[in-house]
Amino acid sequence: MRNRREFLKEAVTGALLLGSQSKFVLAGMLDKQTGPSKSKVVIAKDPALHGTGSQPDEKRVLDLLDRAITSYTGHSKPVEAWKHIVLQGGGQGKVIGLKTNGLGGKGISTHAVLVMAISERLQQAGVKAGNILVWDRNARDLEACGLTINTDPSRVRCYGSDVGGFEDLQESWGAAKIKLAKILTRECAMVIGLPILKDHSGAGVTFAMKNMYGVVDRPQDLHATGCNPCVADLNCIPTVRQKVCFTVGDAMSSVYDGGPSFHPERIWYPNSLIVGEDRVALDQTAWNIIERKRAEVGMKSLDELGRPPRYIATAADAAHKLGTNDPQRINLVDA
Amino acid sequence: MIRLNKLMLAVALVAILATGASTGCKKSHINPFPASNAVVGWQKTSETRSFEAKDLWQYIDGDAEQYIKAGVVSTSTSDYKYQGKLEAVVDVHTMGDAAGAQKILDTGKTSDAAKVQLGDGGVAYAQSIVFRKGPNLVRIVAYQSAPGTPEALAALAHGVESKL
Repeated sequence: MRNRREFLKEAVTGALLLGSQSKFVLAGMLDKQTGPSKSKVVIAKDPALHGTGSQPDEKRVLDLLDRAITSYTGHSKPVEAWKHIVLQGGGQGKVIGLKTNGLGGKGISTHAVLVMAISERLQQAGVKAGNILVWDRNARDLEACGLTINTDPSRVRCYGSDVGGFEDLQESWGAAKIKLAKILTRECAMVIGLPILKDHSGAGVTFAMKNMYGVVDRPQDLHATGCNPCVADLNCIPTVRQKVCFTVGDAMSSVYDGGPSFHPERIWYPNSLIVGEDRVALDQTAWNIIERKRAEVGMKSLDELGRPPRYIATAADAAHKLGTNDPQRINLVDA
Repeated sequence: MIRLNKLMLAVALVAILATGASTGCKKSHINPFPASNAVVGWQKTSETRSFEAKDLWQYIDGDAEQYIKAGVVSTSTSDYKYQGKLEAVVDVHTMGDAAGAQKILDTGKTSDAAKVQLGDGGVAYAQSIVFRKGPNLVRIVAYQSAPGTPEALAALAHGVESKL
């Protein structure tokens, strides 16, 4: 029986994929029972995830992931669920990117144990190790997650845009004028976002859509006016819109204030994974979770502080149509 | 004789310029980071990285805006480890003036903060210490929590403060 680390080290030859565009459609995975107009968001929670330590338990994380994914897809077996996700995302036989978020440093970055759990299940679902590419802005961000850099194509790869580089050609959508990471444009056929839930001093909340700031050359240019409309605009750029087709949000630990940097005095443990395709619905859900925690500890709401994540409504508007922020159209499932 | 005077004048000029440059260098390149074992138990585990205001996003993208608004000039950071176990990071933000540093200190303060006597004032939490000294805002954060963490952080903070 191989363990998770051995899965990551599995020697399978990978192949680079140039410029593929998936034809992922949300309709394929919307919750059939609640009608086609609702976006499904699953929150899987394990109150005992952290045990007595500050790091989540490896086995419990895998179990939590399985619960989240099977609940989302309706498949009873995790491997079948992942096969479905890969097929829907156009990732079969191609490179699948796992976009982490290590910006906040060691204390508040996507947990490596989650990355390993997803890598394991993807391989069991038939994805070659070398066709899994874990990536972020740079080596430092990845190492902050607890990951090790690896460019060997026979194993799960892990490197940043400091290695992969950026396109020379600038793309634009609305106010977002950026150069995309080549890892996104040239290597990955589909991307699974692995953001970590955080308060954000500028944007209000950072989760699914804001995680895409890590795929551009100059994210600092997108921070004006609370990152609105730039978060929404960036996610409308066709390559981002089409390839980033699924999100496994890390809400195992979080900061409810002072983010996006690590503030240990404001950290808490929601012990959850939040999964779905509709990044707007995911972010709306994330915002609600942050607000509930702030209220619980007696802090002002983000609205009262003048920094609500306005980009979420922008992303849902008629110009962007990235998803829904309407609670009536979000099918929120606890697993 | 005239040639000798010109030579002496040139030497004096070079000496004055050298002294000025040296003094300026000292003022703009204070190294606030204690070397390994300068504070008992603490090892400096990384090179110091420095960022000018325009490049601060490379280090704290997303958080950079509030520092820029408060007039940050530069930020330096280094990693530390205490007794081979407890990991911490020391950030030194040099602002344009003391008011800018105080603004950041006040913005981040919460009700559970305990006042500490460091520099011109500061606060401590279970895993972090923030203080101001002149235009410098220092933030020290531990990545783990263990018995003795607050005391170890306080010792490191005093080590930084004494070098500012």
